[in-house]
Formats: sequence, C-alpha cells, structure tokens
Amino acid sequence: MSADRIPAERFRALFEPRGVLVAGASTHPGKFGFVSLHNILACGYEGKVFATNRDGAEVLGIQTVADIDELPDGEIDLVFVCTPAAANPDLLRACAKKGITAAFIASAGYGEAGEAGIAAQADLVALADELGILLAGPNGQGVVSPPAKLCAQIVGPFPPAGHIGIASQSGNFVSSFENYAQLTGVGVSRAVSAGNAAAVGVPDYLEYYADDPETRVALAYVESVGDGRAFVERLRGVAERKPVVVVKGGATAGGQRAAASHTGALASDDRVFDGAVRQAGVARAATVEEGFEVAATFASQPLPAGSKVVVVTTVGGWGVVAADAIAGTDLELATLPDDLMADIDALLPPRWSRNNPVDMAGGETRDTVPEIMRLAASHPDVDAVIFLGMGIQSNQAKLMREGPFWPDHGLERIVAFHERQDARYAEAAAEVSEATGKPVLVATELAVTSPDNPGPAAVRATGRVCYPSANRAVVALDHLWRRSRWLARRDLA
Amino acid sequence: MPTLSEADSKELLATFGVPFPTERIVSTADAAVDAATEIGFPVVVKLGGDGIAHKTERGLVRLGLGSTEQVADAAAELLAAATPDDGEVHLLVAPMLRATRELIAGLHDDDQFGMTVMLGVGGILAEAVADVSFRLVPIDRVDAEEMIDDLELQKLLGPFRGEPAVDRAAVAEVLLGLSAAATERDDIASADLNPLLVVDGRPVAVDALVEVRA
Repeated sequence: MSADRIPAERFRALFEPRGVLVAGASTHPGKFGFVSLHNILACGYEGKVFATNRDGAEVLGIQTVADIDELPDGEIDLVFVCTPAAANPDLLRACAKKGITAAFIASAGYGEAGEAGIAAQADLVALADELGILLAGPNGQGVVSPPAKLCAQIVGPFPPAGHIGIASQSGNFVSSFENYAQLTGVGVSRAVSAGNAAAVGVPDYLEYYADDPETRVALAYVESVGDGRAFVERLRGVAERKPVVVVKGGATAGGQRAAASHTGALASDDRVFDGAVRQAGVARAATVEEGFEVAATFASQPLPAGSKVVVVTTVGGWGVVAADAIAGTDLELATLPDDLMADIDALLPPRWSRNNPVDMAGGETRDTVPEIMRLAASHPDVDAVIFLGMGIQSNQAKLMREGPFWPDHGLERIVAFHERQDARYAEAAAEVSEATGKPVLVATELAVTSPDNPGPAAVRATGRVCYPSANRAVVALDHLWRRSRWLARRDLA
Repeated sequence: MPTLSEADSKELLATFGVPFPTERIVSTADAAVDAATEIGFPVVVKLGGDGIAHKTERGLVRLGLGSTEQVADAAAELLAAATPDDGEVHLLVAPMLRATRELIAGLHDDDQFGMTVMLGVGGILAEAVADVSFRLVPIDRVDAEEMIDDLELQKLLGPFRGEPAVDRAAVAEVLLGLSAAATERDDIASADLNPLLVVDGRPVAVDALVEVRA
C-alpha cells in the first residue's frame, strides 16, 4: 500500500482505459484468461481490446499475438494479467513500452504464496514503480467501471452504472456488493478487488473515489488495516468530502489483551476500531447487506438535517415495528405537530392513528398516500419520512391476474388501478424527496419476495432502494443522520 | 513497565485538569490522624509507593474510617504491611466519597492505532459490562462529547436515584485532560482513572494509575 497519496489521474488508466490488453488469454472457457476477455467483450466495452496468447490463437474472435511488440503503440492503457507470476516482469516491461500505465494482476503466486511469492511481489512493485505503471492486485478478482462499460473481472456480475465506488480486500465481497446493485438497481461507479494490495490498497482507491466525479459514496470491505492510525486518518480525509461506508471482517477475532491497566483490558481490537472510525466520520455497517444498502442510500437520498422521522403506513403492525426499530437508533419518532395533524385529519376518516406512526387504517383513497407523504415531508419539524405498506394492492392484483377469472368480472380494470396506485406511491416518494430535499424511504418485503411487483419495480425505476423491511430502512436512515450530524458538528456540512 | 505511585499519578494528571479529591500524603500514623481531622470524617487511608500498583488486591485500602482511633489503627497496620519490595512508602489520606455511579476512564496505547482515550461504565462489573467508547488521541471537545453519547447505559448519566444528571461537560474535560496528558507526555504508556466516581453529578477520580515508559 502506498504511503503517499496516488495522484487521481493515475487511476484513469485503470477505470477509464482507452484500450485494454488481456495478457494470457486462453482458449479454455474455464480459465481466467478466457473469462476476463469474455467479460470485457460481452459487457459492451467500447475501447479497443487486444489479447496475448502463447500460440497466437484466436480467442472469442480476437486475433491474439504471441508477442506484445506486435501490438500498436499508445492505444492501450490497461493490461489485465492472467499469466503466471514468473512471466510478469518481462510482460510489464513490454507493456510499458507500448504506453500502458495500469496493470490489474489477477495472477496468484505472490504475497499469499510463501517467501518466494513475497519476494516476487516486492520485485513486481518495484518494477511497476520504475515503469510508471499503477499496479492493482496481484491475486485479485478484477476491476469494473460501468460508466466506461468496463468489466475486467473473472466473475460476474456486471453491475448497473451508478455512483457507488467499491474497494474490497475480498474479491467475493466485490461480487456480493455488485449482486445487491443488480437487485436494487442502485448502481456502481467503480469496483475493484484489491487482491494482495501490493502497491495500491483500499485507502488508495477510496482517496481516488473522493476525487472521482462518477462516485458519490465509497464502500469498502476490510479485514486488516495495517497501521490503523494512518488508515483512519486517510479515511477521514475521504469522509470529509464524501460518505464512506465500511464493513469490517474479523470483528470478533482480536481479543482483549492481558494488560496491566483496566483500560487496556477493555481495549479489544473491535472497540478501538469502532471508536476510531466513528471519530473519522466513517459509517460502519454490521453486515454486507447493510453495507450495500447504506451506501445505496447515501447515493440516492439527501441527508436529513435532523433526527425526526414520520412513519406513514397503510398497515398498523409495520408501523409499530418501525417505531421499535427507531427507538434503537439515534433517530426519533417525531411528535406530530398540531397543524400536520389537522391536515391529515382532513384527508382520512377519524379512525386513523392520530399519532406517529401515521397509520391510515385503510382509510386512504386514490390520492391520500402521496398527499400525506407530501404533507409530512414538507413540514419544517419533520426531517425524514418512511413509507410502509406499498405493493399490497399489486400483490392482490397478481393473484387476480394469475387466477381463473382473469380478465372478466371487472378484474382487468381493478388490477390496472391497483398496479398504477403502487407505482404512483413509489414515484410520489421520490418526487416528494426531491421537492423537499429530505429523505423519503420506502420499505416492503416484496422488494425481495416479489421484485416484479409494480411497487418495488417503480421504486427501482426512481433510482432508489426499496428496503426489504422497515428495520433495514431505519438502519440506513440512521447512518445518514449520523453522518449529517458528524459533518454539522465539525462545520463540514 | 514501571508505574507511578497513586500520588504521583494523580499529581501528573491533575496538571491536565483531571479532578481528584483533596488528599494528604503523610508518613506516620499520627500525621494521618491530623490529616483526617483536617479533611473531615469519614476518610480513606491507603498505603502508597512507587512499587505498589494493585492496592485493593493486597488489602492496602481502608475505607470509611470514621474516628481518630480507626484512622490511627488502620495507618499503623498499613505501614506494618509494607514489604521490602515496596520501597519507600507513604500514607494517602482522602475523604470517603459516596457515589452510586462509577465511570472508568483511561489511556491505552494500541498496537495498531497508537494512543487511545477511553470512557466506560465503571464499577466491579466494568469488564463484564464492557460499555466503553474509545477514540484516538488527540480528541477535541466534540469527540469527547460523542464518547459520552456512545455509552449504552445513558440512563446512568441522567438524574439517578435522587442525584442530579452527570455533568457531561465535566466528563468531557476529564477526557480532554487525559488526551492532553498523552499528547504532551509521550512517556505515558497507559493510565487508569478507576473509579471515576460521580459525586453530586460531577466526576471525581478517586484512584489513578499511570504507567510510564522506562
């Protein structure tokens, strides 16, 4: 990992290359040298693609060359390396001659492979440095850059383009985050598996994301942080500019120390890490799904100015559970202001909860839900709104659509109404949020149990997350509020 | 690593604003009685010295002494309990403070993160409860206030059993003092304020132990 900050322009060759070379392309569809070339070609990369192969074979329609010298000068920025470790020093030298300035080394046999591997890795870092090549990996899964339609990785998926910048010490977690990006539709700007992080580590990528105009929020998975103080100081520098979300693996691995002091005895690795990242303004997520959802929320919702939440629900129980979840966070359930109460009274029959959560108790008509969301979010004493109970009408519509009576008996008309209503709720949530500059979150388990339901589908179409439960929406909103407060208290807002 | 005596630990940290009760350091039982009379009963008498780190475990702390006779007896016993390994010893006479709430605070030099400052819920269950918050030194006032907010047992910090709410600004001052001590004295390896009693809502450290680098 680099001690000094790597200039942002050096990452351009990695994330927005003008041309890509796959070194060690294979004709065997099970090999990394085939899969990486396949993914680059299949995902729509628009730059020039070249490949080397020992025998100069044709792979996936690309006429490979055996010798890099045969390739044109100055057309390639990035080499994706699948060749054995022993071949790579000569390879990098040849690449440098062609003007290549970034290498992603997928090859194994380095720092993870005993003393000889550690030595080979150190040599490779020194060589790349000498040649002016940004060295990503080795032993990494790859790099994706959806805005550049680049999928240079040896696994799926290729996530939709968006604004989450991902860096991970585990390749698999890059895929996990990308899978969630596909599920939610909240996309990715860049994602990279740091591999052994020989020359470029997670903090280096995050610092680049702070500069990167495509990235609005940085998301990282880390296990080891090396010099912890340097790590959090660098993350703080990023967090002062953009939200940073961290998932930490091995949280329970470090035990308490046998210490002379009581303070030392209480200082487990995790407690110290936790305090250090809080101090640095980093949002620490407890799980992978929380990590993604929090990052996706930062990418798609405004920050709340305060902690007061109004929960709007069509179903009583969900409101109660959401209120319980809020009680366990730094958020608070807003006390309904009298004027807001009166406004809602005018829209609903008297059986509504007349309290927060606003349980409409089935009293809503065609325009009630959007109107109440708008009233709540517009009120100066309300900082955020959570809407629950979307998709129920469309879920019934689905039964009708799939049942034996379809489309007669008036089913076609009512199904169309139901589906239009759920889509309207999702659109209204986004519109109200944009109009008021306040977060408006929508949650229903249908987001995962029935993702084609017009409710969740319409939420995805607005570019926002449809949270799978009220609890998960509350957790995400709590992270937004804590960042908002961290910035405000330090005059960084 | 060597430790400072309780008296020296307190003297060091007091210069950084950590609040301690008024105490007297004396070397004889008679002087202990005079000191106790001056402070007002009841008092605590402890045996102190550079070689003495864990007084409670060795029975070198006598609490709630309510009369001149009790102080005289306790002081004589404590002086007799000193071993040659303890080196030069003294008696520390302090007011017996009553508190239902105990915090713990300190400094810890972490292998990965360097010097840290800690605040936690104290008392005999402190390590089991482990309701603690750490920050990297140096901290500012906002960090200190957020450490207090981090504690799970916020109810302990509000009005409690007839006592006023904990003076959060005063607790923040303790944490800022520890941070400043660690910043200015790079020979400090660790520090414990245990317990940091809450007396009438204000934090008072009745014990302190500073480890110094040789």
